[in-house]
Amino acid sequence: MNFSFDVIWHNLPYLLAAARWTLLISVAGMAISIVWGVFLCAARISKNRLLANVAALYISFFRGVPLLVQLLMAYYMLPYVGLDLPAIAAAILAVGLCSAAYTAEILRGALQAIPAGQTEAAHALGIPGFSLWKRILVPQAIRIGLPSLVNELILLVKVSSLASVVGIGELTRISQNITGQTYRPLEIYIAAAAIYFLINLVISGLGRLAEKRLQAG
Amino acid sequence: MELDLFVRYGPALIRGFGVTILCWAAGSLGGLVLGFVIACLYRWSIAPVRWVIYAYVEVIRGTPFMIQLFILYYGGPYVGLVLSPVQAGILSFIVYGSPYFSEIFRSGFNAVPKGQVEAARCVGMAEATILRRIVLPQMLVPITPPLTNFFIILTKETAILSVVTVPELLYETQTMAAETFTYVEPFLVLSLFYWLMVIGTNWLGGRVEARVTRHLKRA
Repeated sequence: MNFSFDVIWHNLPYLLAAARWTLLISVAGMAISIVWGVFLCAARISKNRLLANVAALYISFFRGVPLLVQLLMAYYMLPYVGLDLPAIAAAILAVGLCSAAYTAEILRGALQAIPAGQTEAAHALGIPGFSLWKRILVPQAIRIGLPSLVNELILLVKVSSLASVVGIGELTRISQNITGQTYRPLEIYIAAAAIYFLINLVISGLGRLAEKRLQAG
Repeated sequence: MELDLFVRYGPALIRGFGVTILCWAAGSLGGLVLGFVIACLYRWSIAPVRWVIYAYVEVIRGTPFMIQLFILYYGGPYVGLVLSPVQAGILSFIVYGSPYFSEIFRSGFNAVPKGQVEAARCVGMAEATILRRIVLPQMLVPITPPLTNFFIILTKETAILSVVTVPELLYETQTMAAETFTYVEPFLVLSLFYWLMVIGTNWLGGRVEARVTRHLKRA
């Protein structure tokens, strides 16, 4: 067969438009993941045994079940318990809740790298717990965990392809649709792969830049 | 809860679980071997080969597994590669896993002090013997946890194979859900299956870890 660049060229606008949904899912998912991940991490290392165990169970479950299954659960199961979300919200929620489990563990690892003396000093100065987290622990933990967090964001970009299964018109879904019309799976899927690859290259580049910035500051 | 559903669909689910295990085992072991070969090639070959390997690793790691699966399964026939869903699933698993495994092996190679390899060469050991006797036993210590971790990740990636109609666990569960209009029970049971698989793999990894670190504990 002959590889036809025309097919790619003609459909490129549609693929790029769909890539915006891919970005939306991964960036919104990451936002949920970081906010929820901080709370999970705080719960996981708290002295309250019940809270710590619940957080550990949450992390074990969300890391132990395939995201595709979680997505299908959010999409098909939630309506049965009275929570009817639009497909895109279900996808973002599933991606964010799952990724939060990983983020919590990344942050937990990063927190261990912060000298315990800082926490003790803050306690000695009478800084309340919330400020301690907000101003001292979380900013440093994010800086230390940044390489892993960028890694997680790259994973989320790739994982957003799973949202095609619940009918969201992101890059993979649109590629499937175009393939259905043109019967050119090889060209279209390779083009989609290239777009994913470029997005990830940009993200890892930005991540390296941010790392340098944070280390300088 | 309608538990009699599971009696009716039990055999299909167990068959699906078998296919999941088959794809996971064949795919991840194949990926492990290919990854080791790639890491060795990277270590002992000339610069152009290294560039090719580097590009391969970056491209496979930078694109979603689902897209790779589609290229292989739907695009394959256009270049004369016609595969059954299970074959496509296993092959794409091998391809997808190999760069991650090769990176883990590469970090393992780097973890063994250079001086030991040089010393082994000086006393006239063959390259293969150095690898088997000096490098491998030592590098297995730091790389066993990440290897276990990646095996666990792969158990969960098997769910994606359902998209190209590989009759694995998720596929059978979806069939069951669609035929009976029940979603809560099948998915809860399904997630339990995967969770158990992950816990089992984790336990196995712990055993392997105990085995490869045995020489460290004797002292």
